[in-house]
Amino acid sequence: MSQSYNRGLIEDFGRWKEFSAGMWAWIFHKFTGWVLIGYLFTHIAVLSSALAGPEAYTDTLQGLEALFVVRVLEVGLLAVAVFHMMNGIRLLMVDLGIGLDAQDKTFYLSLIVTGAIAVASVPTFMTDVGF
Amino acid sequence: MAERYSSFTPGGTAWLLQRVTAVFLIFALAFHFFLLHFVEHAWEIDFAGTQARMQDVGYFITMILFLITATFHGVNGVYNALLNQGLSGTPRKVVLALLVLASLALIGQGIWVAIEMRGGLIL
Repeated sequence: MSQSYNRGLIEDFGRWKEFSAGMWAWIFHKFTGWVLIGYLFTHIAVLSSALAGPEAYTDTLQGLEALFVVRVLEVGLLAVAVFHMMNGIRLLMVDLGIGLDAQDKTFYLSLIVTGAIAVASVPTFMTDVGF
Repeated sequence: MAERYSSFTPGGTAWLLQRVTAVFLIFALAFHFFLLHFVEHAWEIDFAGTQARMQDVGYFITMILFLITATFHGVNGVYNALLNQGLSGTPRKVVLALLVLASLALIGQGIWVAIEMRGGLIL
């Protein structure tokens, strides 16, 4: 069972300028995790429109997709998901004892890959939507 | 650099299950995003297309497993993050009960919706 333990600096967000790459990775992983579990509940709620019939489902999904802000949020969701996955792979490697000396570099790599995929996805996500 | 920051205590059951579900979710989430945003397009999704995908038994089972593992991974993460922030005693038991209820409700609702999309459990 997990137990709380003292992690020193990490408890004091006022000292964020002193945080190491590992601390930032942990904070970002937590933040993106909270976003993803929040989205999962929202996602199932939206998909539940299928219970009201095929038309209600199609109208709900296509109505949401017609909104510019929804497309922007989708790019944000992709970025959040990609970072959580990349950093998750990094954490699995750390737990397996692989690449322990490169933890900071792999965190920066996770950020770069996340940014690149998010930017590259913009044309796809913004197809056929008015501002 | 050998620092290790995590909300989980290495070696525990919660830690192990979080890692096992993570490995599945890496593939399931990548597949889900890629299929529904880059192969198909989200703005073109309609009930008929969703039903056609859900009538493939492999896809249907994958989506149910995706829902269950994602719910467990997310809620287990939230619970352990709260423990890590010092949640204990009665509040801990109340939070755990609420999270378990919310998880069961989400999984139950999701499976109901998936069966409705498929047009019945047995076709």
